[in-house]
Amino acid sequence: MESAKGIVHKFGDNVDTDVIIPARYLNSSDPAELAKHCMEDIDKDFVNKVKPGDIIVAEKNFGCGSSREHAPIAIKAAGVSCVIAETFARIFYRNAINIGLPIIESREASEKIKEGDTVSVDFDHGIITDETTGEQFKGQAFPEFMQKLIDAGGLVNYINS
Amino acid sequence: MGMTMTQKILAKHAGLDKVEAGQLIEANLDLVLGNDITSPVAIHEMKKLKNQEVFDKDKIALVMDHFVPNKDIKSAEHVKEVREFACEKCISNFYDVGQMGIEHALLPEKGLVVAGDAVIGADSHTCTYGALGAFSTGVGSTDMAAGMATGKAWFKVPSAIKFILTGKPAPFISGKDIILHIIGMIGVDGALYQSMEFVGDGLQYLTMDDRFTIANMAIEAGGKNGIFPVDDKTLEYISEHSDRKPVVYEADPDAEYTAEYTIDLSQLRPTVSFPHLPENTKTVDEAGDVEIDQVVIGSCTNGRLSDLQIAADILKGKKVKKGLRVIVIPATQQVYLDAMEAGYIKTFIEAGAVVSTPTCGPCLGGYMGILASGEKCVSTTNRNFVGRMGATDSEIYLASPAVAAASALTGKITDPATV
Repeated sequence: MESAKGIVHKFGDNVDTDVIIPARYLNSSDPAELAKHCMEDIDKDFVNKVKPGDIIVAEKNFGCGSSREHAPIAIKAAGVSCVIAETFARIFYRNAINIGLPIIESREASEKIKEGDTVSVDFDHGIITDETTGEQFKGQAFPEFMQKLIDAGGLVNYINS
Repeated sequence: MGMTMTQKILAKHAGLDKVEAGQLIEANLDLVLGNDITSPVAIHEMKKLKNQEVFDKDKIALVMDHFVPNKDIKSAEHVKEVREFACEKCISNFYDVGQMGIEHALLPEKGLVVAGDAVIGADSHTCTYGALGAFSTGVGSTDMAAGMATGKAWFKVPSAIKFILTGKPAPFISGKDIILHIIGMIGVDGALYQSMEFVGDGLQYLTMDDRFTIANMAIEAGGKNGIFPVDDKTLEYISEHSDRKPVVYEADPDAEYTAEYTIDLSQLRPTVSFPHLPENTKTVDEAGDVEIDQVVIGSCTNGRLSDLQIAADILKGKKVKKGLRVIVIPATQQVYLDAMEAGYIKTFIEAGAVVSTPTCGPCLGGYMGILASGEKCVSTTNRNFVGRMGATDSEIYLASPAVAAASALTGKITDPATV
């Protein structure tokens, strides 16, 4: 799986799917349209700041709340290459894997990485590197079945194969 | 080591004698659910599959409830797409305007879920059916698409937390107070990836509506599912609503739990979640003077007949506080009709409340009760996140229908025993 590298946008605990993509925009299912409003209710300026490849680093329970797959779709379509968090809410976790948005859990990385740092993620080895500080962190490995889903590029491709 | 109730249902549906927490399994599904927001995305995903046929036209439920009757052109296009899909695939359980209700109130009422089932729904509150002794959990649209095509879903078998409910709740203490108390105790990720199994002698005092409310909000503690053992009340409910035969599972006596909590229901007070997380709970005694602008009574959490009954009992012959907007939303057409026949709707209108057709509308800030900047709302819904019901600086206070109705009379958060 290809590595991710980008500038970090940092968030706290319990970032819910309502702030990732507010329900007032769920009358659309177009990824490009959803991306225009990504993180709008927690950081109005996020869509102006985010560059292709950038990385979101958050704390506990990222993606809690509604099951809307529009949330990982909006993040992916906004150009984010990976979300790192201490923990993910379980439906968001499933959805991210199913649509092929790379995610990785690491408490240490979540604690130590700072806003604006440049971070790279080697998914094959689960290694997160803060290139600004030189620190490395080990991410939680995926179980074998989930790795197969990720390698296939998501659930639909996995079923087709 | 024995299995929890959830693990037993999952093992059976995976064709295995035994499963353990953490194991990845593929389970056969009894029902796959979607709504008007999540189904269009699932239909798009399904079109990418080599096999685009549905696994069983009778085991899919498509409920148009979030932005229905349609709030704008885009949502009308979404529902049109789902309507055409349902027609093309001959889906038996497609519920449009006129038949629809809020999905998690509608499906049990229509008898589509019974004890022992394994259900996924592309809606996070699908965990509601744990009240019936079923395994049910929320997923996203891609899982829904895969479920519709294959009749299967992959699961990581969850570990479980046991909640032992003892004692008899005082008047005005409902399922909502119990689940808000629990979320306040363990936090919004207190049951992350886990089952919440509710047991104990206190269950005898909980109606099916109380249990639906409790299981419904398991997701607000991060839970994969919430589940109740099957008793006479469950079996009576199922036999009244369904022709299908329930299958009763019980946790093994030596099942392993990661934690156990005992909650004395007789000690609970009406409980309110303050902004902006369901875990920010206070009892009504600690609430202070919170002046409010709006009250919402409804949703998949609290839009059932007994919810409207308690609200109507409190509002009967009285007027809502001047300047307050009070919105009552029966969860299904049947609830609406029953509430009308019981006189509740008349009570609400005479009190100065407005009564709406079933919809999820205001709960998720869709329509029918959006909050302006700085406004405060007491709501019987399930989430009080930033911006959930409107402006990002509006505030939502989650409460039971009794607290909501009492607050409708006074214009501030109020103990129902005092009005």
